[in-house]
Amino acid sequence: MAKIVVDGTEVDVPAEYTLLQACEAAGVEIPRFCFHERLSIAGNCRMCLVEVKGGPPKPTASCAMAVKDLRPGPNGEPPVVLTKSPMVKKAREGVMEFLLINHPLDCPICDQGGECDLQDQAMAYGADTSRFAENKRAVEDKYIGPLVRTSMNRCIQCTRCVRFSTEVAGVPDLGAIGRGEDMEITTYLEHAMRSEMQGNVADLCPVGALTHKPYQFHARPWELIKTESVDVMDAVGSNIRIDTRGREVMRILPRNNDVVNEEWISDKSRYVWDGLKVQRLDRPYVRKDGRLVAASWSEAFAAIAAKVKAAPATKLGAIVGDLASVEEVFALKTLIGKLGSANIDCRQDGAALDPALGRATYVFNPTIAGIDEADAILLVGTDPRHEASVLNARIRKRWRQGGLKLGLIGTKVDLTYPYEYLGAGPDSLSDLAGTGAFGEVLRKAQRPLIIVGQGALARPDGAAVLALAARVAVACGAVKDGWNGFAVLHTAAARVGALDVGAVPGVGGLDVAAMTAPGGLDVAFLLGADEVEIAPGAFVVYLGTHGDAGAHRADVILPGAAYPEKSGLYVNTEGRVQFANRAAFPPGEAREDWAILRALSDVLGQTLPFDNVLALRAQLVAAYPHLGHIDEAVAADPAALATLAQAGGTVDKAAFALPIDDFFLTNPIARASAVMAECSALRLAATAQAAE
Amino acid sequence: MLADKDRIFTNLYGLHDFGLKGALARGNWDGTKAILEKGRDWIINEMKASGLRGRGGAGFSTGMKWSFMPKQSDGRPHYLVVNADESEPGTCKDREIMRNDPHTLIEGCLIASFAMGAHAAYIYVRGEYIYERNRLQAAVDEAYEARLIGKDNIYGYPFDLYVHHGAGAYICGEETALLESLEGKKGMPRLKPPFPANMGLYGCPTTVNNVESIAVAPTILRRGAAWFSSIGRPNNVGTKLFSLAGHVNTPCVVEEAMSIPFRELVDKHGGGVRGGWDNLLGIIPGGASCPVIPAEQCADLIMDFDGTRAVKSSFGTAGVLVMDKSTDIIKAIARISAFFKHESCGQCTPCREGTGWMWRVVNRMAEGRAQKREIDMLLEVTTQIEGHTICALGDAAAWPVQGLIRHYRHVIEERIDQYAANPHPDPVAVAAE
Repeated sequence: MAKIVVDGTEVDVPAEYTLLQACEAAGVEIPRFCFHERLSIAGNCRMCLVEVKGGPPKPTASCAMAVKDLRPGPNGEPPVVLTKSPMVKKAREGVMEFLLINHPLDCPICDQGGECDLQDQAMAYGADTSRFAENKRAVEDKYIGPLVRTSMNRCIQCTRCVRFSTEVAGVPDLGAIGRGEDMEITTYLEHAMRSEMQGNVADLCPVGALTHKPYQFHARPWELIKTESVDVMDAVGSNIRIDTRGREVMRILPRNNDVVNEEWISDKSRYVWDGLKVQRLDRPYVRKDGRLVAASWSEAFAAIAAKVKAAPATKLGAIVGDLASVEEVFALKTLIGKLGSANIDCRQDGAALDPALGRATYVFNPTIAGIDEADAILLVGTDPRHEASVLNARIRKRWRQGGLKLGLIGTKVDLTYPYEYLGAGPDSLSDLAGTGAFGEVLRKAQRPLIIVGQGALARPDGAAVLALAARVAVACGAVKDGWNGFAVLHTAAARVGALDVGAVPGVGGLDVAAMTAPGGLDVAFLLGADEVEIAPGAFVVYLGTHGDAGAHRADVILPGAAYPEKSGLYVNTEGRVQFANRAAFPPGEAREDWAILRALSDVLGQTLPFDNVLALRAQLVAAYPHLGHIDEAVAADPAALATLAQAGGTVDKAAFALPIDDFFLTNPIARASAVMAECSALRLAATAQAAE
Repeated sequence: MLADKDRIFTNLYGLHDFGLKGALARGNWDGTKAILEKGRDWIINEMKASGLRGRGGAGFSTGMKWSFMPKQSDGRPHYLVVNADESEPGTCKDREIMRNDPHTLIEGCLIASFAMGAHAAYIYVRGEYIYERNRLQAAVDEAYEARLIGKDNIYGYPFDLYVHHGAGAYICGEETALLESLEGKKGMPRLKPPFPANMGLYGCPTTVNNVESIAVAPTILRRGAAWFSSIGRPNNVGTKLFSLAGHVNTPCVVEEAMSIPFRELVDKHGGGVRGGWDNLLGIIPGGASCPVIPAEQCADLIMDFDGTRAVKSSFGTAGVLVMDKSTDIIKAIARISAFFKHESCGQCTPCREGTGWMWRVVNRMAEGRAQKREIDMLLEVTTQIEGHTICALGDAAAWPVQGLIRHYRHVIEERIDQYAANPHPDPVAVAAE
């Protein structure tokens, strides 16, 4: 720790702190453009200049100078930093003037207007008139993809975007060409950026040079209602802010949460919102003579009741989709139970995860923040870059710090960081338990981390692979006091929550494969489950939001609410319970899913015991107390892993497949989105070109 | 005037063999082993005692700079980097060394590297110096062949010397930008601290020295610090290569004693100012970045660090630009402004935006198409650049303009008046602008 005096306030800060951090610790705000906490220091905007007493007679860039680099006074007094002196004020005003001379000042037509760092700081340091009598610089706009719009006249060359794409995203697509006042930010060949996190550059841009293309000219920030919520596009549970105007979702932005997504979100999380407006199911439908016909709620419920009454309880079943909140899964499970059936399953892909084995066997035990502490990581049957982009960025961040050994078993993919390729299938995993060289690496590591993806589990021998992975984890000491390095990486936002409430087949119940098989069910309830295909013969009730696969197969459609349109709990892959607020309303006659299930239960004569979502949530928490710990990832008992490691089972030789075929089209909302479709097409085109 | 026996660069004009044979005949590589045997500390102390100030422009004590290198390696290698990216307009001294006396530099590299525990040294040669690079490389090859340098040289101190070619950017002469460029990155100055002595080339302790500073070191050590410090006046000692360019009768590069009066320098070596001393308008004493010194201050000007500082200019690299009264001083400074605008790397705001602004305003002033209040505005803009940038290019761009306004404000005002007095048709408005 080092003492430093900032504007007369003495503070004690770690010696490696920069002056900017020290000033913030002293409660002094320092203006900045290029500096960003999560990026390397560039020191090029010169806005954060401060005066250092006893230093050189010129201002110092506070973002780049460390407290330990300052010399104490002659008698050992702490160094003195002034942030409000005339020299500092003049310096900052000078820099602001320079920034503005070539900035177009087109705020009235700029999407950044109202939330622009340059605009805000010009209020503090800008002059009222310009002394610059020359022509302003004109810079050609660049094409950098369908997601980020450029307006390069506005660029102030802070290079945040360049640093983000090189450092965090790991895709060095952006760079600066030219020098002096001709310096330009570009992808050079004007191709689209190839990162799945590129939207973040528009957030980082302190001016309006990079803005969100799908959002361009749509709204002004001050018109928007901001609602804090949770993303459901993957199982990371990224914290998001949903901005709405009236009933419409206008955009989605990340929220800062250091233990989950830091402040990044993937492009799918960010730009999927246009999918919320199209292909929506806004009224109930009933299939008559082979055609889906619009119906009223009571007609739809009556049609269901007739079929349910006619079917034996063992022939009723429910499949939970990937976007469901815990409340509706709980309601559905209770309803199916009341109807006398044990047929419910949340594992659409057939992953061999079983809550009966213990919670530690299906969550990301070390937590996402735990990745920062890992010193050896083994990836099994997973492509985190596309299954959980933000988590992959976290692994990359850990890799950049150095001293991390990485191995991968499964399909060879580009993860933006190098790794040792250990093999394609379960055989290579078995090797690690025995003689494999990487096994030695894991054994020697202080905090080994084994990430098991759905590609390794959603296969016939999934249970044996899971047990094998647990055996490797236990054998290499990944499960010990203070560290549980066994991590299951999910791809579905609903999965961990549904497993937590036991949405898996009960005694004698049918699993997904059995339910979808011909003759498996007479009546099937699909809670937003679009990734399965029910064999002909069954009467399918689809409760969901979009006209996707499930709705096409349905005999009755019950229109539900998409994730911004309901409040609910989501449990992310690490078992962290997070609360998503409602930001908008479902369209037309669509209702919140739990309410539909409650109303349906009444018609079926098995009334669910709650009348509002709060009562539902109270019962849910009473039944599963850990779900009451909002924002916490309650640690699971690692003993379950020791037991799992004992379990046998034979694995076959087939290579692990990737669970995600097309990153941009993994769920009904994304498939309805035009933006996602364009991204997907670009991705395919890029691959096609490479193959030529 | 410097006596011939005190000259360090005895083949400055290429009259003799530049190669090893000629160099040996001129006394290079003489007693190098004895110097190395005296040890690192002796060399550094002797360099400190000699009072040699860096010849690259800033004038920082060379011995002091060498002493900043860690005494013991912490596992990282040490590097010496020689800055031969001599791109300042008006400066052309290093190229004479590399062309005609390269072995002084090579020997200096070996001794300096030895003094700093570096086993590898890089010479970063300016992109445009093709001929110099070839000569230097030939000399380095010769030295390797004669086992004067190399992994198993006759001195028993493993040492490799690499000649690296730049790509022609002025900013790569800034020491940290040079290191970036040497690492294969864009030549953009780094933030300091950390200083190169701690984290330089490839993150290892590095010293960056000018060609001349390194090339004079062997002779200083051979003849002793006392000899070197006896030349010139205190704090400004030794011999120095002066380059005289512009309106002198015989432009030249010459080795002279420090603290030589300017008038003596220009009369003895430059053949006098074109059209006589009274025709002198002003000089830029140390390369384009130094503020101009008007003729009335040149009469008693002492050419050294302190002498030029006394007239609010800077000694720089001693690349003297002499301008006679035929010079349009505003145009001259506008040209220099254009140079700095073109060579700004674009990394930090004040320099990126300010150099272009200054250039445009000075350009207009050269025509007279400006307002008188813009002179003060321009001066303020220069102060907004100066001292606010990452490297010294911002300062270097600001100083010539400051010098112009300080000494020739009346010229600018006259020009503006002249322009205003003459009727000019209004320029045709162009819509797109």
